Amino acid sequence: MSKYKIVHYINQFYAGIGGEDMANYEPEKREGFVGPGQAFQGNLKSEAEITATIICGDSYYNENMEEAKNKILSMVKEENPDLFIAGPAFNAGRYGMACGDIASYVEKELGIKSITGMYIENPGVDSYKKNIYIIETKNSAAGMRKAVKSMSAFGLKLLNNEEILSPSEEGYIKRGLRKNIFVEKRGSERAVDMLIKKLKKEEFTTEFPMPEFDRVPPSPAIKDMSKAKIAIVTSGGIVPINNPDHIEASSASKYGKYDISRFKNLTCEDHETAHGGYDPSYANEDADRVIPIDVLRDMEKSNRIGKLHNYFYTTTGNGTAVANAKAFAAEIAQELISDGVDAVILTST
Amino acid sequence: MKLELGNIEITDIQFSNESRVKGSTLYVNKKEIENLILEDEHIKEVKIDIAKPGESTRITPVKDVVEPRVKVSGDGGVFPGVISKDETVGTGRTNVLKGAAVVTTGKIVGFQEGIIDMSGKGAQYTPFSQTYNLVLSCEKADDIKAHTYERAVRMAGLKTATYLGELARDIEPDNIESYETLPLMKSKEEFKGLPSVAYVQMLQSQGLLHDTYVYGVDAKQIIPTLIYPTEIMDGAIISGNCVSACDKNTTYHHQNNCVVHDLYKRHGKDINFIGVIITNENVYLADKERASNWTAKLADFLGVDGVVVSQEGFGNPDTDLIMNCKKIEEKGIDTVIITDEYAGRDGASQSLADADEKANAVITGGNANELITLPPMDKIIGHIDYVNKIAGGFEGNMTEDGSITVELQAIIGATNELGFNKLTAREY
Amino acid sequence: MVKEIEKTGMPVAHLCTIVPISKTVGANRIIPTIAIPYPLGNPSLTEKEEKDLRRGIVENAIKALETEITEQTVFQ
Repeated sequence: MSKYKIVHYINQFYAGIGGEDMANYEPEKREGFVGPGQAFQGNLKSEAEITATIICGDSYYNENMEEAKNKILSMVKEENPDLFIAGPAFNAGRYGMACGDIASYVEKELGIKSITGMYIENPGVDSYKKNIYIIETKNSAAGMRKAVKSMSAFGLKLLNNEEILSPSEEGYIKRGLRKNIFVEKRGSERAVDMLIKKLKKEEFTTEFPMPEFDRVPPSPAIKDMSKAKIAIVTSGGIVPINNPDHIEASSASKYGKYDISRFKNLTCEDHETAHGGYDPSYANEDADRVIPIDVLRDMEKSNRIGKLHNYFYTTTGNGTAVANAKAFAAEIAQELISDGVDAVILTST
Repeated sequence: MKLELGNIEITDIQFSNESRVKGSTLYVNKKEIENLILEDEHIKEVKIDIAKPGESTRITPVKDVVEPRVKVSGDGGVFPGVISKDETVGTGRTNVLKGAAVVTTGKIVGFQEGIIDMSGKGAQYTPFSQTYNLVLSCEKADDIKAHTYERAVRMAGLKTATYLGELARDIEPDNIESYETLPLMKSKEEFKGLPSVAYVQMLQSQGLLHDTYVYGVDAKQIIPTLIYPTEIMDGAIISGNCVSACDKNTTYHHQNNCVVHDLYKRHGKDINFIGVIITNENVYLADKERASNWTAKLADFLGVDGVVVSQEGFGNPDTDLIMNCKKIEEKGIDTVIITDEYAGRDGASQSLADADEKANAVITGGNANELITLPPMDKIIGHIDYVNKIAGGFEGNMTEDGSITVELQAIIGATNELGFNKLTAREY
Repeated sequence: MVKEIEKTGMPVAHLCTIVPISKTVGANRIIPTIAIPYPLGNPSLTEKEEKDLRRGIVENAIKALETEITEQTVFQ
């Protein structure tokens, strides 16, 4: 059996080049292992070989991110490894950011499995834990031996396509991904057990910790409404009749953009809803009940508003992942801006 | 109120000239059931099939599942206010054809009916891959409205279950379970020293294919009220919905409400399970506020120490769930809530539409967005051509060999929020 | 969705029935509507009454877009 190939990424310090004074060191590729790579190679034994080490200064990486990661990417590409290991970075912030960023990029762009190792409070953890596996380490290089051991073992598991178990079993930092598993007891029994513990003031573990939602500051108001261009966006799934783009009834993977310039109001002849989360009969009868085209046209005529934008944007909100909704909205927002839209009316069902 | 459930274990189902139960086999006269269903002028045509565990069979789009039961003694009959007269049920003896189920399918009504696979990977996610199913494929008469069709199919399922349940009337059950809830003050006296616990059951009540009926009353019209747990076992609550397939309670789920069963298991030992508060999930905010005010008030009124709250559905009902939890906690009553998650196919998104820090004890039925590829099946009952349209399906999810990829959302009962299953989600 | 659009500096009026969800997820200008299946209508009214009702809500949304705010605001 041929050995798996590994490329290892480290910073200028661990390469023995220098400390802060050398942090602007540009990416360099060396053959074989360097610095902590020796310990990795020892743990990997005969199963895998570090064929190259890429060294980059922490300041250089963080200050020239685009350039740095593309240079490094092409170096990794030349080696075409089976696994990319970055760090471990322990609690070094910029090193952590670099490790997390380059490992995420290599995995995403080249499809090469990538891991890194960090202390839980390293800022790189929050930024990159969703993208890649980050093995939890101590907060300083004193934990090197243990970190290398667990990173090597985990890397080999990935290489051998073994099943990856839970974070606590494998030693990686929770990635914030919800995954389904079957457990011993049914939900109702777990609920009763949990309630009894709660009543007895005993410790219990919720199966879903409540999330915190982020906030965006309010945008400034419209000064002169009679000159403003208003666009309609809806998560109520209103679409032209027969749903030409097949927007899903639930868990939408796309949004629609439709021309309403010729409509004074919407009727059951021309529009309906594709939304699977509510009784569709009312919206099908009259889609103005979800997107008020008729009223906005009147307001346009009376110059209460400047103009109703020629297109409306639509998707189905139910069961649609927040990440999808976010991505749709970001694209929609860019289009609206380039179309000179001033404000948005967003309707939800 | 005391109820005995007499279980007659069913381990096979066959067509025959005569409908009867012999040993553990349920024999069904197809013709009689066809006639029963076609009494309703809204149904033009019905096809009756059998689906057994382990078979290479896919049923879709499934609307409801019903367990055949018969009231042998005590007041009233099964499905009071709908099939039987409106008498209070929940006492005496009810016989159950345990292991048998009536499944209704037919052309799609909304987007929201689901899939039952009797074998393969999908089977482990639905409890109805383990039951011996009589499947009714009901096709609607021309030119009738969606609401009328939905009702006709719902009634076909209940009537058939009643017909089959009747076969169990004079049979000696294989085992008898007994459940009793005392009047409130007696219960408090009897189990002094144990914390009293109520169950708050939230019922979907949002319109077409989203309704639930309590003694025949559309749940959107109720104000939260009290009900004995044994009434639920006798069919006091039925499903008028199957949306989204994964987290709506079918009538079968109501008849076998697992929260009720599991609270009874600890009743008199660790807790004093004093009864059930039922509430709804309406489309008006004022209704949501009122209903959650009432559940909290009733929990307070009953003087309970803790409640289990089960949700039905997702999206805006997440708000009802959080309101119930928050307001009940504010009365100083401990809550545990049961929900499910829509965390995206990769599990990286926000799971619930609403949240509050008081909801610190949560049971989850799993992430409904997770994808599953269901293998091809030899036999399809119903209409396969809707599996890209139902909630959890998407364009291009069917391959030529007959395998389909869907979100768990599309499988009946997959992430049930009564906690019917062993599925959960964890953070990875 | 509201937040992604608002991030660009465009004001968004979020018209929704379930105000608590809108608050939790972080919309800034929130305009309560009638009911989930018909946020801007009411099938039990006559066509004219229904349109008047709708006009009222949209007018409220337009006013919200004209109003400077510093925090999440529900425009009743």
